[in-house]
Amino acid sequence: MAFSIYDFSDFAQSVHESLSSSLPPVWTTVIEWTIIGILYILFVALFGLFLVYAERKVCAAIQQRVGPNRVGPYGFIQTIADFIKLLMKEIINPKGVDHVLYNLAPYIVIATVFIIISVFPFAPGLQSFDFDIGIFFVTAVSSVGVIGILLAGWSSNNKYSLIGGIRSGAQIISYELSVGLSLITMVILAGTMQISGIVNAQADGWFLFKGHIPAFIAFVVFIIAGTAETNRGPFDLPEGESELTGGFHTEYSGIKFAFFFLAEYMNLFIVAAMVTVVFLGGWQPLHFGTGNGFNAAMDLLPPLVWFFLKVCTIILLIMWFKWTFPRLRVDQILTLEWKYLLPINLFNIILMTVIVLLGWHW
Amino acid sequence: MFFFLALMILVFSVLTVTSRKILRAAVYLLFVLISTAGIYFLLEYTFLAAVQLTVYAGGIVVLIIFSILLTSHISERTVVAGWKQGILSALATGAGALFTLLTIYRFTFTPASAPANPSTVTDVGTALVSTTRDGFALPFEVVSVLLLAAMIGAIIVARRENDNKTENKQN
Repeated sequence: MAFSIYDFSDFAQSVHESLSSSLPPVWTTVIEWTIIGILYILFVALFGLFLVYAERKVCAAIQQRVGPNRVGPYGFIQTIADFIKLLMKEIINPKGVDHVLYNLAPYIVIATVFIIISVFPFAPGLQSFDFDIGIFFVTAVSSVGVIGILLAGWSSNNKYSLIGGIRSGAQIISYELSVGLSLITMVILAGTMQISGIVNAQADGWFLFKGHIPAFIAFVVFIIAGTAETNRGPFDLPEGESELTGGFHTEYSGIKFAFFFLAEYMNLFIVAAMVTVVFLGGWQPLHFGTGNGFNAAMDLLPPLVWFFLKVCTIILLIMWFKWTFPRLRVDQILTLEWKYLLPINLFNIILMTVIVLLGWHW
Repeated sequence: MFFFLALMILVFSVLTVTSRKILRAAVYLLFVLISTAGIYFLLEYTFLAAVQLTVYAGGIVVLIIFSILLTSHISERTVVAGWKQGILSALATGAGALFTLLTIYRFTFTPASAPANPSTVTDVGTALVSTTRDGFALPFEVVSVLLLAAMIGAIIVARRENDNKTENKQN
């Protein structure tokens, strides 16, 4: 079996060939689907746990505390212990909830997360879907995720949940606009919406450097809007603990609460991965131009490591926001989106179009 | 796979109109729309599928759910229609179904031998802005004027209330 840590397409091909040589095509497909499904579930569970641990350590470092340090070395197993505790908890079905919708809501949220993650290329050959509408597909599916939050807020039959759900809905619908428009800006530069095409176009320099001024504006807008869309601080008033006791997931317990929790952290990963793919070259190493010594040195690090290095840097940045900035009010959040980010974005799209038409980019 | 999606559409369509809780009906409608998007994916027409997801599932259903959230309470049930309305609507839907079926069966479909040619985003984009015979530049512009008018109308409707409020405060 050909196995290289730099390019997984040969490995995937050889797995496919060895399976199809010994099994009928139907079983090959079923087994491949099962393997990919298990890999994604494992990835979401493990990376989610890692993100929770990272969040607690980052928060502790910013607040001059130690953070989890009892279970395992540096408290590394703490989140696994917490997760087991969550799984063992009783699943409470409160009186007066709309049972169908109450039980459905967490699955809508977590299902959209899985569908979106499937389009990200982790390394060459490590991507399960490669539509020619890649970027558009991500925004389309993520617009369905908000329905789960709205349903959770309404079906809980609780005023805090309802207010949290409505706030979250208003916020996500508004900021989706900025996310979409800043992605369109980058699609103008890339000339394609296909994710593999976008990543391959950045082989001689990341779009953040290739598109200079408009790309940098789009980068900042995307990070702000992405933070807001994941309901994270400083935009976390849908779940503001002090006023709403947790917002839309107040009434949830046990594994269903864990789904919301996991989905929130995986949305953080999705935003960071989108930034990585669109602005920072996906799995492409840091390259300037073609065929010089600097590029060759950067190629030594495998693409998988590059991808996660960039994703973790962006995640660290977004966590840093949460623990540094105070929470915004509702009217401030909506003013920021509609009166500042949206006009900046529209102007930025025109700027990017002019620059692409004049060829003023690398 | 097609039969699975078609079954989903059928079951959830019936549930949408028979459910007595209005938010559940909206969610069943969401599943109908998502299954329709699934059929587009099956046809490898990914662009239309993503549009279906964004505009209908992500846009219109969210709007419906949002308005329900703001207006109705969880314990509300819609009233069951009387038998007269039931008979009339059964007649209307029956006539509609008959008309559609007649149209479909009287049309002779000729099976094409050419392989399916899924159109890419590039095709859609060039068709949308080209002014040739197959171009859609004129309808595109007309629709954008319509949208602009609708947005200006919405702003004016929202603005008048604000003016009245400020006047009241000044008084």
